[in-house]
Amino acid sequence: MNPKVITINPITRIEGHAKVSIFLNDDDSVRDARFQVIDFRGFEKFCDGRPFYEMPSITARACGICPVSHMLASAQACDELVNVNIPRTATLLRRLMHMGQLIQSHALNFFHLSSPDFLLGMDSDPAKRNILGIAAEYPDLARKGIRLRKFGQEVIENVAGKRIHSSDWIVPGGVKTPLAKEKADYLKHNLPEALKVTQETLAMWKNYLPKFEEDVENLGNFSSHYMGLVTDNGGLEHYSGTLRVVAPDGSIMADHIDPKKYYEHIGEASEDWSYMKFPYLKKLGYPNGFYRVGALARLNVASHCGTPLADKELKEFKKLGKKGVVQSTFHYHYARLIETLYCIEHAKDILEDPEVLSDRVWAKASVSNSEGIGVAEAPRGTLIHHYRVDKDGLITWNNMIIATEHNNIAFNKAVTQVAKKYVKAQKLQEGMLNRVEAVIRAFDPCLSCATHAVGSMPLEVQMVNSEGKLVDRIVR
Amino acid sequence: MTTKTVSLKIDEHEITAQEGKSILETAIENGIDIPHLCFLAGLTKTGACRLCIVELKGQAKLFASCSTPISDGMEVITNSEKLKAYRKNTIQLLLSERTHVCSVCVANKNCELQALADKLGVEHVAFEREWTSENVDSSHPFLVIDRNRCILCTRCVRVCDEIEGVHALDLKLRGKDSQIIVDFDDSWDKAASCTSCRKCAKVCPVGAIYVEGEPLSETKDTGIADFVLSRRKK
Repeated sequence: MNPKVITINPITRIEGHAKVSIFLNDDDSVRDARFQVIDFRGFEKFCDGRPFYEMPSITARACGICPVSHMLASAQACDELVNVNIPRTATLLRRLMHMGQLIQSHALNFFHLSSPDFLLGMDSDPAKRNILGIAAEYPDLARKGIRLRKFGQEVIENVAGKRIHSSDWIVPGGVKTPLAKEKADYLKHNLPEALKVTQETLAMWKNYLPKFEEDVENLGNFSSHYMGLVTDNGGLEHYSGTLRVVAPDGSIMADHIDPKKYYEHIGEASEDWSYMKFPYLKKLGYPNGFYRVGALARLNVASHCGTPLADKELKEFKKLGKKGVVQSTFHYHYARLIETLYCIEHAKDILEDPEVLSDRVWAKASVSNSEGIGVAEAPRGTLIHHYRVDKDGLITWNNMIIATEHNNIAFNKAVTQVAKKYVKAQKLQEGMLNRVEAVIRAFDPCLSCATHAVGSMPLEVQMVNSEGKLVDRIVR
Repeated sequence: MTTKTVSLKIDEHEITAQEGKSILETAIENGIDIPHLCFLAGLTKTGACRLCIVELKGQAKLFASCSTPISDGMEVITNSEKLKAYRKNTIQLLLSERTHVCSVCVANKNCELQALADKLGVEHVAFEREWTSENVDSSHPFLVIDRNRCILCTRCVRVCDEIEGVHALDLKLRGKDSQIIVDFDDSWDKAASCTSCRKCAKVCPVGAIYVEGEPLSETKDTGIADFVLSRRKK
């Protein structure tokens, strides 16, 4: 007998296209749920044969939200291909650009995509449950969100020339142009406002937190391993460093893994119902070796942030979990705010570094290694680019493990948990399904650079029984 | 020696010009814009791209203005609706034949094909794109040929033959399958006749031949052929 299936397609207010299928038992209780990615991009295929130095530009096009992270992972892989240590100023500028990326991306998720759920309510009118609804109900907060995101984008623009896809600026061996003093001054001038907005939002979030008890408890609250980059002394890191994996009990399962040996620790499975791969920890096997990455994971693996205000917040945050490991997916939102605070502080430190304005930014060299691996922490988690080239520098093989992919098994676990808790198949209600979408939004998946209109995506949910008869239907 | 002149009309302009010149050369000298890609001052004309087509009063067919000589009493129309439509189609056909992706191309913002597409209002490619996967040769120490971006204008072949005097580059195959080759279809690092003068990269209208690691704005010099010829005359 065919199972009864409820399909949520497309999932709204995320970056990219995906759907959720909820499978029902004969008694209409939820048996299972699957998060299915229905985009197919094929980057790893069409990059074959291209000159290696085009890779930062090409792979940046995987996404319009986090192109900087792709450029950084790609450029680091290319740095290895040309076998150079890039100038310190280039590292500072790449890091600064990345801070801008994290700020704008986190602000986008928190204010534009997710805040309608927790501020207007999971069951509120879907026509108003969007950033425009927030602007009507909480105009001050909406303005703050837009300003904070703008600041992040301005960091990218002032450092690299363009807000989105300034991809010809990052090159193998460094960056193309130094930072102009007036641009650094502009950013320094605007930094305090971004800091103030973030601190105010964090304070607001902490005030609201007791109200979100049910969401914390039910939206993707389960144990998993966590993975992220850390500094030499175990601090928060987004650009270089080594990988750390933390177990659900807070113990460090693997530490200081050389990111270039990621393949010794991470395997990739695939399923015939999704275009997204399913990475897992080889030591634990598939699917038990599932883990989470992203803001929550980074704060779970890091012992400290390395900047005073963020360190204070991290200490408070870690109290929410056992042995410093916070398990609820809903807390990704909180973690993103703390990371935003760190990024602003770190950006300030970089801008005050005397070497940031140096014009030595590019170590030019030609290809001398046949293999290069680059790793960066994208807003959504660990991003790995791995290339092999021929003697002339043309790509012969490449593998990209996108941040969102690491969370793939966790997505499925989270949507199943939420569906089992909230979806009552006898009488579908839009709010039930919005909770399923909300837990995905909490992960902030970045499925592609596909665009979607805020809050106005057509959403039709059908429940069809085993005879193919329509039992219930709701249209957003 | 006296030079014979002819009188003609290009659009609304009454023009007197030296006999033997082409319509396109005459138009350029008189500040009249006729879109073109394969034509380059100083090189022989091939009439390959068909963008410089014009209408001649009293004639039913269209003429490539780069390779049609002017004559007395000629009346040329350069910008009719019919011509605009033909040119738009030509640009789209060029874009559809190979894999042109401006956003990641070395010639982005320095590309004559891109500039013309923009100028002629080509926003989409109406034809099914072939997305061919052509050979990229980056074996030369600094010159790269990416045949995915080649529009077969043959400027590189002509500049190498007529200006550098080497003829290291040529074409193989026919029609849209044609390929620019180096020597006897060797990889570029094995090409004994290439002098690495970079003239091919200087005149390439797109990003098919370029100098690795150098912005195209620095490499490009479409006046090189005319300049060399003018110095030779002195």
